[in-house]
Amino acid sequence: MQGASLKATDLACQRGERLLFRGLSFALAPGEAIQVAGANGIGKSSLIRIIAGLLRPLAGTVECGGTPALLDERPALDPHLPLGNALAFWQRIDGWDDLPLGLLGLKNLLDVPVRYLSTGQKKRAALARMVGQSAPVWLLDEPLNGLDRAAVAMVETLVAQHCDSGGVALVASHQPIALPGDHRIDLAEFTA
Amino acid sequence: MSHPLLAILRRDIVLLLFGGRRGGATLPLLFFLAVAMLFPFAVGPDPVLLARTGGGVIWVAALLAAILPIDRLVEPDLDQGMFDQWALRGISEEALMGVRILAHWLSFGPPLMLAALPAAALLGLDGEKLRIVEIGLLAGTPGLAALGVMVAALTAGLRGGAALGGLLVIPMAVPLLVFGAGSLAVGGTSGLALCGAASLVLLAIAPFAAGAAVRNGRG
Repeated sequence: MQGASLKATDLACQRGERLLFRGLSFALAPGEAIQVAGANGIGKSSLIRIIAGLLRPLAGTVECGGTPALLDERPALDPHLPLGNALAFWQRIDGWDDLPLGLLGLKNLLDVPVRYLSTGQKKRAALARMVGQSAPVWLLDEPLNGLDRAAVAMVETLVAQHCDSGGVALVASHQPIALPGDHRIDLAEFTA
Repeated sequence: MSHPLLAILRRDIVLLLFGGRRGGATLPLLFFLAVAMLFPFAVGPDPVLLARTGGGVIWVAALLAAILPIDRLVEPDLDQGMFDQWALRGISEEALMGVRILAHWLSFGPPLMLAALPAAALLGLDGEKLRIVEIGLLAGTPGLAALGVMVAALTAGLRGGAALGGLLVIPMAVPLLVFGAGSLAVGGTSGLALCGAASLVLLAIAPFAAGAAVRNGRG
């Protein structure tokens, strides 16, 4: 994961008639993580989607050094399939050999259909899918939603490991989360 | 690691053939046979009349059967964020839609051609008519599949998208129906060739139209 980086310059985002934020700039060097904080509806998810290239910003540029991996509220796992098979589909695309299923507490859930998983279990399954992508840039949109305290610590561990190996991470969350470096931007400072 | 599109094709085929949500390919097939079975009850058992109109009935039934799965062609994957994940991995929407058209066709084209055999027996079609129906279905169903995926992508996310999708497919399928079913009355191969040509045009347009629809639907 050498050379992972993320740089946003002077981003502005408009949704419908509303200007959500403007003049947002930040840069992440290899191994750095940043938390984007802010109240509901302030534009955290829109920012993530802009950086992922799924949404066009009103102004500004994003330079993404490396493929981004995205975790949002949709797990992107087939609901009717057992978790093991649903993850195996992404394995055929992403080509991983092994996932930290033990760490994520998913080992005993592999034969359970995804639609029967609880909110927190689905989130952990989606995390497994994202880890498997082994992408240098992680974009996590509210990764702590529905997670218990142990799982929150586990997300923090995963992000720390990811940064240790030279990756970068952008975490949008309204909850406190411990990230390496303790970088933080408050979107409220950039609202129009 | 296999090629991503192969893995996606495999998933699409399994999903569309065996369903998981709504009975996969069986439901449209049973629907098709039910229409073929009902028709003689409705118009009476006159073999001459049945043989003359039967081919057209098979075509209309095939068109309606192709419309049935429209609401699960694109929308569920859109809801689950699959398309976003594929986009992040650099897989183009056009390629995805091409794959989906192929999977959709495999899940209803060949099964319909098989089901046309008992349907032809029920409607009293002779061997020559059946041959034209089968070749016509082979030429026309890929176009129906392309049309289905295109309309499914355009209407995904709209309220009442499934009903609207069905309504949109019908007028656009008219050329396929006219040339495919029409060749039964006229005979010869020109109608079938035009049916195949209409199919090819749809196949050429659909992946791009459907891919653009998914891309523009983001945001």
